[in-house]
Amino acid sequence: MIENIDLSLVDWSRAQFALTAAYHWIFVPLTLGLSFMLAFMETIYVKTGNPEWKRITKFWMILFGINFAIGVATGIILEFEFGTNWSNYSWFVGDIFGAPLAIEGIFAFFMESTFIAIMFFGWNKISRKTHLISTWLVAFGANLSALWILVANAWMQYPAGMHFNPDTARNEMINFWDVLFSPMAIHKFLHTITSGFVLAAVFVIGVSAWFLLKKREQAFSRRSMAVAAVFGLLTSIFLVVTGDFSSRTIAKYQPMKFAATEALHTGTSGAGWTVFGIPSQTEETSMKIEIPGLLSFMTYYDCDAYVVGINDLLEGNAARGMMSAAEKIERGKEARQVLKDYKAAKKNNDEAVEKRLRAKFDDPVFQEEYFKYFGYGFLNNPQSLVPNVPLTFWSFRVMVGLGFYFVVLFAVVLWLVLKDRLGKRRWLLWLMLLSIPLPYLAGQAGWIVAEVGRQPWAIQDYLPTAAAVSQIDAGAVQITFWLFAAIFTTLLIAEISIMVRQIKQGPKEV
Amino acid sequence: MNSRLLYKIFRFYVDGFRSMTVGKTLWMIIGIKLFIMFAVLKLFFFPNFLKSNFDNDSERSEYVIEQLTK
Repeated sequence: MIENIDLSLVDWSRAQFALTAAYHWIFVPLTLGLSFMLAFMETIYVKTGNPEWKRITKFWMILFGINFAIGVATGIILEFEFGTNWSNYSWFVGDIFGAPLAIEGIFAFFMESTFIAIMFFGWNKISRKTHLISTWLVAFGANLSALWILVANAWMQYPAGMHFNPDTARNEMINFWDVLFSPMAIHKFLHTITSGFVLAAVFVIGVSAWFLLKKREQAFSRRSMAVAAVFGLLTSIFLVVTGDFSSRTIAKYQPMKFAATEALHTGTSGAGWTVFGIPSQTEETSMKIEIPGLLSFMTYYDCDAYVVGINDLLEGNAARGMMSAAEKIERGKEARQVLKDYKAAKKNNDEAVEKRLRAKFDDPVFQEEYFKYFGYGFLNNPQSLVPNVPLTFWSFRVMVGLGFYFVVLFAVVLWLVLKDRLGKRRWLLWLMLLSIPLPYLAGQAGWIVAEVGRQPWAIQDYLPTAAAVSQIDAGAVQITFWLFAAIFTTLLIAEISIMVRQIKQGPKEV
Repeated sequence: MNSRLLYKIFRFYVDGFRSMTVGKTLWMIIGIKLFIMFAVLKLFFFPNFLKSNFDNDSERSEYVIEQLTK
């Protein structure tokens, strides 16, 4: 089937989705993180009664509002794309995707229409405590909204809690909790929202550093930095921890992605972690600088453990009970054939064959030995199972490297705040200001690891991307790609210019 | 009592919108953005492929199964 699909259609559809998701993710993380920082700042205000903290909270709240307003509904376009460009996928996932997205819609609606309004309009109209509760609810609401989207994404990486119905060609949810609490969902949610917390902390530190460089708003900046440094240090450490958990979950459930991330072609015991090297799509990494045994330790807490390589997954490894890709492809083709025969039997009213084939879809043995590889049946070449190795390898290192940089940055800022030496090292203030784009870069790199690294799958092992796409005109997808590029770029320019204007005005008196 | 409460909520929003400064620009951007998204993009560029090409779920299932097995 794959060879019959217009690859330019698949590529443009992927490019369009990637563009939309990447732009959407520019707006979302600041909302996730800044909402909690507002809540902390306002809590200090309510506890101390010091109006300076109200002034601080209100300033960052305006920047939160700008980001929220420009970013709101940018994710809806992704849903448009599911219905138009990814109709096979949308149908196949059934209510698995629909339920979390519906819950997200309800959460978002209630949060946006009530608590955000109270947070912005309620100053001096309701009690301090009620206002504070609203601010906290905005923070929890925003992050819970993200939970449902990330649960849906995690299901694509690790399908769980569902059963395929051959009559409707849809997956039906049989266990909501398996979907919600799958290891992939938990780690993805924690790691992703934490990256938003870190981004917001860097943002607050960077903007505050600009005020200090301009010798404006000294007390305001120091207080803002103190909150951001504490919040940032704690969350960046947690980010590293959740990243470690995520990585080991990927090694278990998406071993090809994990091997591509490490550009590990040949599986090995006592695998080292490559700090630097020139990765290749087909060959071992050259000019490698590695820390011996570290990859094995990070993956299995054992320096001598065997780490699976790309070739193990392609050729199989009998000694370790691993099936070859060719065998999985054969089993996938068998599963597709059963579905095809079942459909033909229904059409021909051949009740005996229909009943026999229908029973297979409820048979745990068929599920485990054949249907589990359904998606492989669309592939002809095992090499197509390997994602873009160099891109995944480098994206991972950019993300991890920046993650550790943020831990150091927050520690340094906190130390400077505690020692009251913030204004004495201007180069550090410049470094803080210039660090603002870095967590955005790290976040995008993380999503590249997650999404490029899981190719060729739209739904891991069940549906390849090329089979998920709608049979529409590639030209139409190109047009909307450029339309989105123009719209999102305009929105980004609007966001930056409004924010810069607001920052230059500085905090207002209360 | 209920009408009083509703009036209070109404006034809360009206006063809030009136006192906005940068918020007015933002609401304008939100309005334009939503118009482009729903009245232009969704309407002209993003019809639901299965809903617009097939009349009912049974036909949609048939089509997707055909796509998955051809």
